[in-house]
Amino acid sequence: MIRTEKISFHIGTFELQRLSINIAKGKYFILLGPPGAGKTVFLECLCGLKKINSGRIYIDGSDVTNTEPRARGIGYVPQDYALFPHLSVEQNIAFGLRARGCQRKEMQSKITETGELLDIRQLMSRRIYGLSGGEKQRVSLARVLVLQPKILLLDEPVCALDEVTRQEVCAQLLSIQRRLGLTTIHVSHNLEEAFTVADRAAILKAGILQQVGRLDELVNKPSNDFVARFMRREKHLSCKCDGQGNTEPGQSCENR
Amino acid sequence: MKTVLDTPVRGWRDRIFSAAAFFFVSVFVIFVLMLIITDIFYVDKKAVATVLTSKFIRHALWMSVWTSCVTTLIALLFAVPMGYSLSRFRFPGHILVDAIVDLPIVFPPLVAGLTLLVFFSQTGLGRWIQDDLGLVFVFQPKGIVLCQFVTSASFAIRSAKTAFDDVDRRYENVALTLGCTQFGSFRRVCLPLAKNGIIAGGILTWSRAFGLFGPLMILVGSFRGRTEVLSTTIYLEQSIGNLEVALAIALLLIFVALIAVTCIRLVGGSTLAKL
Repeated sequence: MIRTEKISFHIGTFELQRLSINIAKGKYFILLGPPGAGKTVFLECLCGLKKINSGRIYIDGSDVTNTEPRARGIGYVPQDYALFPHLSVEQNIAFGLRARGCQRKEMQSKITETGELLDIRQLMSRRIYGLSGGEKQRVSLARVLVLQPKILLLDEPVCALDEVTRQEVCAQLLSIQRRLGLTTIHVSHNLEEAFTVADRAAILKAGILQQVGRLDELVNKPSNDFVARFMRREKHLSCKCDGQGNTEPGQSCENR
Repeated sequence: MKTVLDTPVRGWRDRIFSAAAFFFVSVFVIFVLMLIITDIFYVDKKAVATVLTSKFIRHALWMSVWTSCVTTLIALLFAVPMGYSLSRFRFPGHILVDAIVDLPIVFPPLVAGLTLLVFFSQTGLGRWIQDDLGLVFVFQPKGIVLCQFVTSASFAIRSAKTAFDDVDRRYENVALTLGCTQFGSFRRVCLPLAKNGIIAGGILTWSRAFGLFGPLMILVGSFRGRTEVLSTTIYLEQSIGNLEVALAIALLLIFVALIAVTCIRLVGGSTLAKL
């Protein structure tokens, strides 16, 4: 499981403000929000690529706030995959194993196993240049899964793919997540993806967490206008309650 | 005219643009070739024979080659960590440091030689290095390497910095999450991706070092069989009226440089050919 406790991070005029999220082991969690909401920054804080200004991060109960990225047990797939262009597909997948001093025989068996899991055995000798978007996505996932991480972070993993491939890849992501029982955080601005894969979701806007919960909760009980609009509640009405059953339309906050 | 890149169907404006660009390439290349061809036609066969058989000139050629190669290696040894630091780290005064790195490029080479001579003969530190440490540079072959390093290392450092600037930091960040230390991500990701730029810097450094003349005359002089390199030999020969021999040595220098630079480009791959 992964838990953040009031983490804050600021860079320039942008600020992540006291984000607290608790994701249970083996759950598929999706973080939604418009572009610029701070989703990628949040992921980078989780995997240690950005040093948070305050708050704590726990993985499986251990405080990893000051742990180096390589020792957090997190697998991170960035938005455009960042596959190493000077290496072949197989070398990309082997990269983390080599960095961790894995024995050659063990490395080969892990690469084969992961290649089979993601159906990319035929790509192993290929260079990165020339792979399709879907192939790159699977290779970047393989590069991370081969290390058997405790947590998987996916930054807009399907945003560069066409509609059909996107649905296929989402289904595949969910299937792999279920099979491996991996705690997963998937970042997206696309609601359809959320309904395809997520157990729970959170909505982020301008560095502030708006609501966390199951998708049906977010749809049926949005905590504010923004969440309601984001979840496309077209018949949503904003009004102000005085606590005695009287409402004043057009003010704020409660969902009907 | 055949273009390098795949281009769409081209109209007459595109053709004029390509022709104009190619015009400048042609003028420059033809001018340089003309200079070399003029030398070839002017050079005396006897002078060529003298150059090829003279043991002093063979020594000068050897001195030119080994000193410029050693200088290039030392320059790259400095250029890689310096280029990486200047590209990746921000520290107080980094703009000033960046400017100082470029300073030797705009230094007139003669000034570099004069400054080195003053440093080793007039300052306490310079005398301590020579007298107490025993690292004698003035009028010694080591001085050739020092002069070449001072005047040409900036090219390697600048090229390395630009090459590291071009490597997207996300690659290094991903390497960190995959299990690398910062040094590991530098060695496994950043350095291989910056390789071509670093080699290009090496070529520039070697070329500058190989043909260096001014500061050598001041700091190490040109002693036959000791501190003489091809560029200083040319000067000495022409100053005693042996213009034919000077020209033959110049041609030798041009051909050795051409062969070396072409070989490095071929080995370095297609990216280098663009430089």
